Amino acid sequence: MNLSELQKKLIAAARLNPPDDRVPYAFEKGITALIAARAGADRWVFWARGLWRAAASCVAVAVVLGALSLFTPATPDSSKDLSQDFENTLLASADLPDSSSMP
Amino acid sequence: MEERSEAELIAAVLKGDATSFEPLVAKYSPRVFATARRYARRESEIEDICQEVWLKAFDKLKTFRGEAPFEHWLMRMAVRTCYDFLRGHQRNRISSFSEISEPEEDWLERFVAEPGSVAEDADAAKLLIDRVLEKLSPEARMVIQLLEIEDRSVKEIAEITGWSVPLVKVRAFRARGEMKKILARITQDKYL
Repeated sequence: MNLSELQKKLIAAARLNPPDDRVPYAFEKGITALIAARAGADRWVFWARGLWRAAASCVAVAVVLGALSLFTPATPDSSKDLSQDFENTLLASADLPDSSSMP
Repeated sequence: MEERSEAELIAAVLKGDATSFEPLVAKYSPRVFATARRYARRESEIEDICQEVWLKAFDKLKTFRGEAPFEHWLMRMAVRTCYDFLRGHQRNRISSFSEISEPEEDWLERFVAEPGSVAEDADAAKLLIDRVLEKLSPEARMVIQLLEIEDRSVKEIAEITGWSVPLVKVRAFRARGEMKKILARITQDKYL
């Protein structure tokens, strides 16, 4: 069988039958609606992405501060550290004797 | 109401007015659908392809520089989307030809008996070429479609597909060989 001839015949058949160009009803309206819906969804994606970035930054800062507090050498006067000062300040008012009960 | 030009519509879309995209979709959808129907058979697949083409066109509109007509830019996108579709739907390509219908078989038998007597415009010939095209690899199908059926030049195909001119030539050579092999398989199955 002559395959080249068969190939030519079939290609000619394809050329003689161009595809249909009909478009489904209101296709363009559907595309516009889809674009509008995507724009709304995009805003939420943008917001969520921003939140994740902020969370990642917070974690990074926490890790750096944690590492700093772990690896910095302790001061000679370790009894007077920040936590002690904080506690003293916070409880200063409680430690004061009540002036009304004084003689 | 006065109709706005294509350039005005595109400029409006780029400024954020998405509704200005609708007249463009309405105008060019018949061509996009016709292109998609060359590569896909089911209507649901065709509609998905066209939808993807238009969404891509909307997203990439800022890359349209207006040097070539919008239609050319859009059709390039349509063909590339169809190519991606073919690459994603290769699974049923390699199968037997036992499913050839009776009219197709008759057409082939008449061709075997007397090659000059069969008509190219017969429905059976159209069915047969569709079946053969479906068996080709995505690259081969793309080249046969653009080069042989749509009669485009190698340079045009290179522009549409993004392949280099030598690559188009190589793929065209391989595609013709691939098509002959498929035809040989059909005729071997049926007539040898």
